[in-house]
Amino acid sequence: MIDVLIIGSGGAGLSAALEAKKNGSSVLVISKTYPTQSQTCQAQGGINGVLKKENSQDSINSHIQDTIKSAHLIGDDETIRFMCEQASDTIQWLDDIGVPFSRDTNNTIAQRKLGGASYSRACYSSDYTGLKILHTLYDNCLKENIEFFNEAMLLNFIVENETIQGVTYLDIKTCEVKQIVAKSIIVASGGYGAIYDGYTTNSNASTGDAIAAALRANVTIANMEYIQFHPTTLKENSILLSESARGEGGYLVTQDEKRFIDELAPRDVLSRAIEEKIKAGFDVFLDLRHLGLEKIKEVMPQEYDLALQFAGLKLDCDLIPIKPSAHYTMGGIKTNIRCETNIKNLYAVGECSSNGVHGANRLGGNSLLEIITFGRHVGKIASEKVHDIQINTEVKSTQLELDINFIKSIFLAPNEVDFYSIKKEIGALFYDNVGLFRDDKNLNKVLEQVEIYRRQKSLMGITDKSKVYNTNLKEYIEFLNILELGDTIILSALNRCESRGAHYRVDYPNENEKFVKDSVIMVSENEYTMELV
Amino acid sequence: MNSITICDKQYPLEKEENLLKTLLQIKTTQNNSLSYRSGCRSGVCGSCAVRVNGVEKLACKTTIKAGDCVEPLKNIPIIKDLVVNLSNQKLSLNMAFANLEEKSDAIITPQDEKSIDLQSNCILCNSCYSSCPIYEVNKEFIGPFALTRAYRYVNDKKENNIQNKIDSVQKNGIWDCTLCGNCNMVCPEHIDIKNDIMMLRNKSAQLGYTDPNIGSFDGGFDTNLDFGFNPNGF
Repeated sequence: MIDVLIIGSGGAGLSAALEAKKNGSSVLVISKTYPTQSQTCQAQGGINGVLKKENSQDSINSHIQDTIKSAHLIGDDETIRFMCEQASDTIQWLDDIGVPFSRDTNNTIAQRKLGGASYSRACYSSDYTGLKILHTLYDNCLKENIEFFNEAMLLNFIVENETIQGVTYLDIKTCEVKQIVAKSIIVASGGYGAIYDGYTTNSNASTGDAIAAALRANVTIANMEYIQFHPTTLKENSILLSESARGEGGYLVTQDEKRFIDELAPRDVLSRAIEEKIKAGFDVFLDLRHLGLEKIKEVMPQEYDLALQFAGLKLDCDLIPIKPSAHYTMGGIKTNIRCETNIKNLYAVGECSSNGVHGANRLGGNSLLEIITFGRHVGKIASEKVHDIQINTEVKSTQLELDINFIKSIFLAPNEVDFYSIKKEIGALFYDNVGLFRDDKNLNKVLEQVEIYRRQKSLMGITDKSKVYNTNLKEYIEFLNILELGDTIILSALNRCESRGAHYRVDYPNENEKFVKDSVIMVSENEYTMELV
Repeated sequence: MNSITICDKQYPLEKEENLLKTLLQIKTTQNNSLSYRSGCRSGVCGSCAVRVNGVEKLACKTTIKAGDCVEPLKNIPIIKDLVVNLSNQKLSLNMAFANLEEKSDAIITPQDEKSIDLQSNCILCNSCYSSCPIYEVNKEFIGPFALTRAYRYVNDKKENNIQNKIDSVQKNGIWDCTLCGNCNMVCPEHIDIKNDIMMLRNKSAQLGYTDPNIGSFDGGFDTNLDFGFNPNGF
């Protein structure tokens, strides 16, 4: 019997797994990819935390205030406080289990300043922070003999009497639909940035599958309209150039080499400023030339390689053309400070959740902090609670049968309309109209278009009929999830007639105190409606 | 007509292009069943390693041209097209005890951290594993990435107990390697795996281990030279 089933194997999932296992629970991690391929590996800049250092003026209170400010009153102050207070422990834990954090000349963990932070408080491992954290967590999971089902894609939650019973999933290697029963489930499956297909820094895998499944199971989801755009991604292909570039003193300039904004302003402010310049006909560049090759290679070797490999440019002698791209999704499964959802024994953590630590805009360096801190927190909570949970291992859910039939139906579907081209069109439509600048007219236009796509669903399908590692099937299911979540993003954005953090309405350019509430999606009779709660 | 070959099938290719972009283009417009792994598109998730003209590459970081031939990684069972079975990964890492076993209280200096920086950039793409000629003679070989990772922890000042790691890389490990350097040549993170294996040999010697290949000669040679047999002639 599985005590704690974890969906997702990024930083949040692996931290939860380690903690739950440490507490004596039987743990299984299922993941759509392999653990070290998770989105966490792409985090470059750092992980925030106020460490006790001599001569540092930084304080936990300052970290809290910076985070609250960035959240634009939508965040949850208590949850933010918890995260910031735990930060030093979180970083110490990571350091203790082997994460090779960069050191400063005092032999303490080095810290750099990221956007929106009052002090240098982001701990880092050169600019491979996420990669090194993820791999160290994985090494520890192997050491602790944690069990993994890799390339297992979540299909649906099994819920009875408002209580989680298990999940159904697609074994990608065999295309079989299977069921897992568990006493408690932690969803740690990442965000939905891949909806901005072609305009995102995110992995192709970030299709919000678990959030869509949550929606289908009447799990409350919230704040879907808050999507963070990263200001500095390569113009050509949305490859991320980390905030550490600006943290270390990089400039943003137009083609006349003139700076036009404080480079350490929050990401939403910078992204909009850059987009405005681009719309006005300027080209915008990241300029690191003044930092010199030695420093660049020492503190941001990955960025140096990325610019060279993906744009053919050298950070020490070229201006790097950039544009903002969808980077982080603040919305997701609504949870409280204990990562609990409205369904009993179902938890959510990390980017797939909306727990109030980021509010309307996430600070750089707070996402790694969130996933590790709350990952460990929820691992402990879930494992402590399993002793009180009795579950029938012979769960005879109709969900398994429904999902087996669902997969069968996909194999039989006509495939007269190509979903790949629609997925691409949705990416562009969302980037242009549900991106940095939004208004009523364009949001409604996209809503109508998504409805047109939805009506064509019965004409879509797959041409690959093989039962072995069928990525055509996997990608079609991802597409259906995107289609489902697309609506919730647009509806939330339409309903929020104000501008706040990452959500900017051209037709309502100011914050309005009437909207200091969460956008919560309600489901009734297969219709989604939005409420501010 | 200009074309490329992917898993024995030919596809038209107009101009030099990024390989991952090409795979996506073919999959979504010409052959929906073409299977490959991809994730970050930026060289850090390690999922898109394949062989181009026989040499291991990350698809996302590779430009291809007409006439190129794309195949799956070697030494690993193929599931479908360019997708290989990655269960070797966990086995290898477990065999090498590649983790921090007993935390020391040592002070970590910037130099200490730098000494394991490169090794800890490993993205587990399996390129080194695919390029390694040892698998032709020994399927049980722990393999390059796991040995590098073992060395990353052996060389970590935070590790108090290196004995288990050194013990575990003796059999089917550091002495089986011929030091041909194929792994170094294909590593997308430019990790000097061959050097890491040599460093593990030094550590092993310090702990009393000897090269079993030398010990097996009657009378023995009084040299520890290793000429690095290279089956590919590099």
